[in-house]
Amino acid sequence: MNLTATRRGEVAIRDLSKSFQISGRRLDVLSQLSLEIRSGECLVIVGASGSGKTTLLRVLAGLETADDGEVLIDGRPVHGVGSERAVIFQEPRLLPWLTVLGNISFGLEVRGEPQAHARETARQYLSLVGLDDFAEAYPRQLSGGMAQRVGIARALAVQPEILLLDEPFGALDAMTKITMQEELSRIWREENVTMVMVTHDIEEAIFLADRVLVLPQVRGGRVKLIDIDLPRPRDRSASAFVRQREVLLREFGLH
Amino acid sequence: MTLQNIGRSVSFAVGRDKPSPAAALLARMGSASRLALSRYGLVAAFLVLWQVSSTHGWVNPAVFPPLNAIASALWKGITGGALVDDIAISLQRSGLAFAAAVVFAIPLGLFMGSIPAVERAIDPILQLFRQTSALALYPVFILLLGLGEASKVFVIFWATIFPLLLSTVGGVKEVDPKLIEMARVYGASRLAIFRRVVLPGAIPSIFVGMRLSATTALLLLIASEMIGANKGIGFQVMNAQYNFQIPLMFAAIVILAALGLIANSAIVLLQRRLCRWSEPVSI
Ligand SMILES: Nc1ncnc2c1ncn2[C@@H]1O[C@H](COP(=O)(O)OP(=O)(O)OP(=O)(O)O)[C@@H](O)[C@H]1O
Ligand SMILES: [Mg+2]
Repeated sequence: MNLTATRRGEVAIRDLSKSFQISGRRLDVLSQLSLEIRSGECLVIVGASGSGKTTLLRVLAGLETADDGEVLIDGRPVHGVGSERAVIFQEPRLLPWLTVLGNISFGLEVRGEPQAHARETARQYLSLVGLDDFAEAYPRQLSGGMAQRVGIARALAVQPEILLLDEPFGALDAMTKITMQEELSRIWREENVTMVMVTHDIEEAIFLADRVLVLPQVRGGRVKLIDIDLPRPRDRSASAFVRQREVLLREFGLH
Repeated sequence: MTLQNIGRSVSFAVGRDKPSPAAALLARMGSASRLALSRYGLVAAFLVLWQVSSTHGWVNPAVFPPLNAIASALWKGITGGALVDDIAISLQRSGLAFAAAVVFAIPLGLFMGSIPAVERAIDPILQLFRQTSALALYPVFILLLGLGEASKVFVIFWATIFPLLLSTVGGVKEVDPKLIEMARVYGASRLAIFRRVVLPGAIPSIFVGMRLSATTALLLLIASEMIGANKGIGFQVMNAQYNFQIPLMFAAIVILAALGLIANSAIVLLQRRLCRWSEPVSI
């Protein structure tokens, strides 16, 4: 049986190259990258600072155009942003003049959904991220973790096939971070969405990923893909988890 | 030892009786009056000093009449109707000019801020006009528009445009590009981005511009009325001084100060209603 025709949220990256001009010199950030991301998969991108993680994510989002190669989503080439993708940035990027509920329904509203209906949908996602009591609060009244949850709810509310996340928990403290990772893992399973996430945090990568993409430290080096075959929900203290950690740390030459 | 101390202080705090409602009210009134004192104490001290120096002859009471003389001149001017016409004409001049500036400068500023090419084209001439004092141009406006109402309203309008225009342009340009990018990711059209991100983001700056412009409008109102008018509060200040009606002169000045304060708080009130999400900055 062939299910590929009904699969949603599949990403194919073909020979993708991207360089920047920095003070007259060419900097090859991504060169000839090819990769298939499966529907419903969670792919986590790690790599040293400046290795091009954000650049790759921005190309996938359609915020940056590749110099060469292409990105296909469900078989169609990407040109610019698209309604099947949503992005969660490192900062929550909430509109300060909208309430929490208004921020969550913002994406739906700019897509032309009637406001009453958009707000109704927004309420469901407000519950999903556990902020029912803060519907009418303004962003300045939220903590960092709460604001980031609002950003996540806003992205999920438009029901994307693909969720692109760039270090979404990078600015949070360790405890909040763990809670958020657990919540994200639960939401990901419930919403059946393809996730591509950039992180600096090896433990976060192993906790969430089906596969980890390691971008090379040296320019022009080869990317590596590492399967994380651990049962879910994952236990950070399990010996298999710790072993995976060591494997990944070795990739960074830290072990 | 320390632990015991902590324990004792905790039980002390818990064991303390709840204050009675009357005491609570007194305490609230006390803190309210302290707040009022810290906020208006200096103003009150200034007024007291004025009154005492004037009545005791520490300053020349002919130049600094006692407050009660000013108050009675003010009262007579308003109830007798002598100052009412002046207030009306001054309000009309500055109100017209300010309204025209709002209608002209805010849309132009939004347009300039949104489209860099437009700003590049307009900015040099704007800077040239802005750096030329409006008062220096007043004779030109008089030549063009005559000595009547038109030239006065126009000179006020002219000076009032610039703070509002520059604040609006600045407000639009300072909208966080990350928010605009976020809206773009959700597929917002250019118009939607303008309406839902740029405009609300620029509103606090526009209000700052409106407050600066209101101040400018009153400044230019007085200057133009002192130069060539036979009515208006600015005229009354000058005229009362010529005729040595010093309490009347101060009464006119008090009216001016009151107008400025009222205009400012009206704008702040409007801002509070329009942007409950942010606190107005005081300038
Ligand atoms: N708009 C741009 N113009 C010029 N150079 C850029 C631009 N964006 C990124 N770069 C360069 O591309 C390289 C990769 O940047 P990128 O932001 O993708 O790295 P990253 O892997 O996300 O790093 P970090 O972990 O620090 O976030 C950097 O050397 C950066 O200087
Ligand atoms: Mg990055």
